[in-house]
Amino acid sequence: MKGKFKWSNLYLVFVFVLLYLPIFFLIVYSFNAGDVMQGWDGFSWKHYVELFVDTRILEIVVNTFLVALLSSLLASIIGTAGALFIYNQHNQLIKNIFLSLNNILLVSPDVIIGASFLILFTVIGFTLGFTSVLLSHIAFSIPIVVLMVLPRLQEMNPSLVTAAKDLGANNWQMLARVVLPVISPGILAGFFMAFTYSLDDFAVTFFVTGNGFSTLSVEIYSRARQGVSLEINALSAMMFLVSLLLVLVYYVISKRSSKGKKRAGTRLVMPATEGL
Amino acid sequence: MKAKQQRQIFYIVPYGIWLLLFVIAPLMLMLFQSFTTSNGHFTLGNYGAYFGSGTYLRMTFNSVWYAFLITVITLVISYPTAYLLNQLKQKQFWLLLVILPTWINLLLKTYAFIGLLSKTGTVNSFISFWGVAPQQLLFSDWSFLLVAAYIEIPFMILPIFNSLAEIDPRLSQASHDLGANKWQTLRYVIFPLSMPGVKAGIQAVFIPSLSLFMITRLIGGNRVITLGTAIEEHFLVTQNWQLGSTIGVILIVAMIVTMILTRDRVRKNIRK
Amino acid sequence: MKKLLSGIMVILVIVALLFSAQRYFSSQTGTGDKDGKVLNLYNWGDYIDPSLLKKFTKETGYKVSYETFDSNEAMYMKIKQGSTSYDLAVPSEYMIEKMKADHLLQPLDHRKLTGLKNYDSRFLNQTFDKGNKYSVPYFWGTLGIIYNDKYVQAKDVQHWDDLWSPKFRNQIMLIDSARDVLGITLITQGKPVNDKSEADLAAAQGKLTTLMPNVKAIIADEIKMYMAQDEAAIAVTYSGEAAEAMDKNPHLHYVVPSEGSNLWFDNIVMPKNAKHKTAAYAFLNFMSEPKNAAQNAEYIGYATPNKKALALLPKSIRGDRQFYPDAKTVSHLQTYDDLGQKWTEKYNDAFLEFKMTQR
Repeated sequence: MKGKFKWSNLYLVFVFVLLYLPIFFLIVYSFNAGDVMQGWDGFSWKHYVELFVDTRILEIVVNTFLVALLSSLLASIIGTAGALFIYNQHNQLIKNIFLSLNNILLVSPDVIIGASFLILFTVIGFTLGFTSVLLSHIAFSIPIVVLMVLPRLQEMNPSLVTAAKDLGANNWQMLARVVLPVISPGILAGFFMAFTYSLDDFAVTFFVTGNGFSTLSVEIYSRARQGVSLEINALSAMMFLVSLLLVLVYYVISKRSSKGKKRAGTRLVMPATEGL
Repeated sequence: MKAKQQRQIFYIVPYGIWLLLFVIAPLMLMLFQSFTTSNGHFTLGNYGAYFGSGTYLRMTFNSVWYAFLITVITLVISYPTAYLLNQLKQKQFWLLLVILPTWINLLLKTYAFIGLLSKTGTVNSFISFWGVAPQQLLFSDWSFLLVAAYIEIPFMILPIFNSLAEIDPRLSQASHDLGANKWQTLRYVIFPLSMPGVKAGIQAVFIPSLSLFMITRLIGGNRVITLGTAIEEHFLVTQNWQLGSTIGVILIVAMIVTMILTRDRVRKNIRK
Repeated sequence: MKKLLSGIMVILVIVALLFSAQRYFSSQTGTGDKDGKVLNLYNWGDYIDPSLLKKFTKETGYKVSYETFDSNEAMYMKIKQGSTSYDLAVPSEYMIEKMKADHLLQPLDHRKLTGLKNYDSRFLNQTFDKGNKYSVPYFWGTLGIIYNDKYVQAKDVQHWDDLWSPKFRNQIMLIDSARDVLGITLITQGKPVNDKSEADLAAAQGKLTTLMPNVKAIIADEIKMYMAQDEAAIAVTYSGEAAEAMDKNPHLHYVVPSEGSNLWFDNIVMPKNAKHKTAAYAFLNFMSEPKNAAQNAEYIGYATPNKKALALLPKSIRGDRQFYPDAKTVSHLQTYDDLGQKWTEKYNDAFLEFKMTQR
């Protein structure tokens, strides 16, 4: 039993090494005094210095976060409304139709989403740039939020709502005082998932961007093709730190919000898989 | 009842607009494009061009084949990982560590692989240290499969982990009490019960793998052309949006087929 | 509810902060500045000496928003799509012809151009733009073979046909461009690069397919990086790309096969919806000043069409036959014409099919 246990740990170590190898590789080379991801010319901060004077890349980082925050916020609001609508819908057929429509974007490949949005924006003559990217990010984030919020609604005790109604609560009061507090962990999870997806998106943005607007993924794509610049490594090291922080925050929040419920943590991350 | 209707209208307006504008409209436009010529006349020619060309069919077949390989590789690596993770004490924490790499930009990771795999890169320096001559790693089918699988692994581990976590531990206890050994329990109890997770994982990996387009270029050196690459080419390079849309429609059909084959869990999950 | 609201507030505050940060940065870089003293330049990646942009801003007060594209086609689509207004763009010759035909360009006012006289007459008045009504030359160059003398002997790669040699199995990197790759194949078959014959194109595609075992990758700008890092022995790419790679790796050499190759021009044009015309003319004149053109040529490594600038360049560059080929080689070079929609598609499809060929 004991020996077997060790083998299994070894396997896990192997998987984690595999998962983190490229990331640590990037970070290590961000401190290389040389200019390429080959060999080792000694330790240096110079790529970090380069990064902080490169206003273009800083602007793009800001853009990326701006789009991510705004889109996930708006997607959370619209997605929650959508989840409530689907939840309240008692006609099974309509419910299923909405659910399937909701899932289309979730399972559509990025390329299709990007290409079809590009057609849409071109047909209606919409200017490509910040707004088109933002709208697209909102669009592909909404179904994730719906999927995160719906299970929470389904777990909600219906007698809560009935009781509130009996006590004379109006629509708004019922939503604000009864429903939203119950489903807020789901909304939060949806927000985080949407945020992740937005930060990570490359394909959709690649199709719908214009007017000098660029996000990190798109910029990295064009830079990677020009040749390797270790400034990008420095940037990714910073991004990794930020992500690590965000993950910890997320972990703490999800732990706190699931006091007493053992499986809630699993729940929070589960629908993440459906987004791809 | 009135209040309820009001409420529903309030909810459906933003959500409905989204559905209409960003789900239904783009799909319809794409379908429409696939049935038109470049000057807007109705045609079946795009589909004719697609199905009439051996190259496109071969490309589709290859694309499916690569996606299949990527899915199998990720599944083989991920199932044991998810199973073992599930037995750890701080499993939530470890699971988050599995997710963390997905927060790092996809392109950055790909970019790291270029550095690792190039002829004078780290892997080659490492093996030449052991006296092996530098190998051609980049721009090979293997490197493409490796990087694609790498990217997809977390998305396979997650759903499997979740379905394993939901299995009542008393079940394996019972199986043990009934005289089943560890392997039998795994084979006849745990594995069937985790099937929904496996299916979800396959869904989450297979469909995106059909349409990978950036890795095919950066790691595969355009030697591997997938449906996604072809769509990107037609939209952004050759500007044949009609044929691009046609391939898009075919990809959507492939996606629906995959969904149907692996269906039960999405439904089940939502209804629960 | 309170928690949710405060959460939303926090996010909004961060968003506001980010917005102001973005404002600040964009005032630094000049992007998005709609009415200020700005020049929106749409150029190939890494295709100008950045210090010249700074100098331009210093001299004229116009900030340059430098946006890049990686193919003529991508640029064409962005300009045609029309939602982005660029003041100047740098397409290649066949694309200029196409853009002209599609009414995407505006004619240049020659009275406002002070530097036209500095250019070598060989590069003015080309077929794609008679009388330079729409464009001013930026760079010119060739398509050729770059090889690494550690792995390949010079005598083995003097001609396009040498690429097909079984010796070079899985060693060649090709530029990801339909016209170029099909073009060299057509040349090996003694056909013109602007060939519009089904049979010739099919023959070229057939021959190209047999090149596949030798092809390691079909990529774009990365070629120079990979060649500099010894990733491949041979690559087919543009002269300037080769020059950059050769700077980093002394084992590299560049050959323009004597049987002919592509002679290309990148010219500066003004798209129809350009908004900052004064800035655009200022930039055109700035770039045709011999000193600036020479500095740019030295930085980029492509050949300058500016004859006064050429005179300013060190002899080692001026006399380099790899990049300033002699008259005899030049006489064998061919320029691409715009093939029109139908034939462009045929070339692209043929190339896509080539890429789909299995090894």
